[in-house]
Amino acid sequence: MQRLSNLPDPPNSDEKWKGVQLVMRKHGQSPHALIETLHAVQHAFGYLDRDSLTYVSDALGVPLSKVYGVATFYQYFTLKKPGTHNCVVCTGTACYIKGVPKLVEALKERYGMALDEVSADGSLTLQSACCIGTCGLAPIASVDGEELGRLSAEELLDKLEEVIHGDA
Amino acid sequence: MVTLDHLSDIRRKVSEAEEQRNHRIHVCVAAGCIAAGSRKLLRAFQEEITSRGLNDSCLVKGVGCIGPCAGSPAVAIEPEGIVYCSVKPEDVPEIMDSLAKQPVARLQMSRDLPFFTRQKKIVLENSGRIDPEQIDDYIAAKGYHALYKVISTMSPAEVISEVIKSGLRGRGGAGYPTGLKWTTVAKTGQQQKYVVCNADEGDPGAFMDRSVLESDPHRVLEGMAIAGYAVGANKGYIYIRAEYPLAYERLRKAIKQAEEYTFLGQSIMGTTYGFHVELRLGAGAYVCGEETALIASIEGGRGTPRPRPPYPAERGLFGKSTLINNVETYANISSIIRNGGDWFASIGTQNSKGTKVFALAGNVKNVGLIEVPMGETLREIIYEIGGGMEGQNKLKAVQTGGPTGGCIPESELDTPVDYESLASLGSIMGSGGMVVIDDSVSIVDIARYFMEFSVSESCGKCVPCRVGTTQMHELHAKINRGEGTKRDLELLEELCEVVKHTSLCGLGQSAPNPVLSTLRFFRSEYEAQLTDHEVLAAEGVAK
Repeated sequence: MQRLSNLPDPPNSDEKWKGVQLVMRKHGQSPHALIETLHAVQHAFGYLDRDSLTYVSDALGVPLSKVYGVATFYQYFTLKKPGTHNCVVCTGTACYIKGVPKLVEALKERYGMALDEVSADGSLTLQSACCIGTCGLAPIASVDGEELGRLSAEELLDKLEEVIHGDA
Repeated sequence: MVTLDHLSDIRRKVSEAEEQRNHRIHVCVAAGCIAAGSRKLLRAFQEEITSRGLNDSCLVKGVGCIGPCAGSPAVAIEPEGIVYCSVKPEDVPEIMDSLAKQPVARLQMSRDLPFFTRQKKIVLENSGRIDPEQIDDYIAAKGYHALYKVISTMSPAEVISEVIKSGLRGRGGAGYPTGLKWTTVAKTGQQQKYVVCNADEGDPGAFMDRSVLESDPHRVLEGMAIAGYAVGANKGYIYIRAEYPLAYERLRKAIKQAEEYTFLGQSIMGTTYGFHVELRLGAGAYVCGEETALIASIEGGRGTPRPRPPYPAERGLFGKSTLINNVETYANISSIIRNGGDWFASIGTQNSKGTKVFALAGNVKNVGLIEVPMGETLREIIYEIGGGMEGQNKLKAVQTGGPTGGCIPESELDTPVDYESLASLGSIMGSGGMVVIDDSVSIVDIARYFMEFSVSESCGKCVPCRVGTTQMHELHAKINRGEGTKRDLELLEELCEVVKHTSLCGLGQSAPNPVLSTLRFFRSEYEAQLTDHEVLAAEGVAK
């Protein structure tokens, strides 16, 4: 219990670190809380950078190599800064046989990148998810959290243009 | 101290509130229907009812999965039992006008269809009926009555004996007898034990556990609390995928409500039995569905499996004796306790008791969530309950058991669905994904797709899986591109055997299944793509 008072100072003064510290405290700063803590960091900042990994390593007493090992093992964690907008394409079986390869092809043609990449101008992240479990609406993708079912390539590209240019 | 009277009071209150209303409108608010706009629809109904001043005679509520996911968003009108599919907010006034009159025919899906009449619901008995975010609704549907019965009248040994009697087998896919697993954990003399719920439903094309958790989360908590009592554990963990945020949120709320009602916590229903449940969020690794990998992940590490024995029952989470069951397994428990093990054992087949929930997806008309007694044939499920093929194409194969399952051809559709029959076809029951594939799809490409999945999800710990799946995928892709030879095909088959027999965990051991089963039933499709196809064909003639 004595470790509770010893949380090291976060890498910067961002208020969001308080939420991360809360999660670590809730789990008694145990090394077992590593994944929950990384979730909290990614939830707060969108990705895991080197400073946050080092901080989590210090705070939980887990070697940095192990923190890095865990952060890179799981597909959900990302070490790259995500784009302003995000598009998740479901690549599950039902979506695959109902035409997701065509969506992926169209995205590649328009944005010149594959799934799980960030566009050069930082405006868009493309991600894959192997089944989000709403197979009744296959093929399905989500744009900034909004799920779009029975999607054609044109509809997806239109939607993406709409959200990206909505900012401009 | 909670007594049966408390539970009955709540039941009475809920049913009185419902009976006061002439019409109850149930709008599905599970993830599929939400994606199709059901939240807006729910609001539209609420506003329409208010503006017509019908709040005293009409009740509208969000419920879990009604079933026909192809017709999202779905709405049910009770007590008439009318189901409407693909309902839009603009349809709301018309539906409201039709109450107590003729149903709106253009939106209606008949309840007399085999899709509804051929199902038998145990796990899904409350799905589409209760509001998953209201614990009172669950109690009104006899929820937590089994937990009460267990704590107040049964010994742990009696609970286990009931589960053994039921013949329930693990619904995560392997089909290990649940009662036997519980016995093993109960018998270890350890002080600290854990109960873990595997909600890491990673099979693409499978959404049974998601639906159960979103539609009836308390059911799973009740099953876990009963399991904890039976095996002597005071703490439970639910390991759930990050891809299911709604299920996570509903579970979180359910745990909080159950704690307020003392159905979870330090002193359950005022007794000395205490049981806490915590949630752990997965982070996108398919292999974490394997029990030892799942344990490693709850402990905060990389989700890599380890050799068994020791099994988790001996040495599991944090080195302690651990009971791990899947969502659907726990969801069966309260019904078994309430109705008795003999009742459960009377459903299903000789060796596979009870029902199984399937996620019917792909090129089938009634994509959706269904529950049938074990032993129904694939043909009955696809053509009667599923309504047959969507579109003009013929059925080519049905894929069961997820990416490490197998493809079963049309000629074998009369196989009954049970653990042993599916295994004899080179597939597996798996967790319950059932993807129907029509003849416009290349079966060789489908098998390649599954290999690609296994390559990306292999954790990398053991060589046969890490290197073997990659080599298999490359050979497979070469054949799929039309560049493979007879020798490549032989090599692929050889590799399948090596990977199957030498991999550390279930992922590697079953990764060759899609290739082996498609080779078994669709060999000619592979051969037709070989560069020396003509030579092969000539040899065939010569024989």
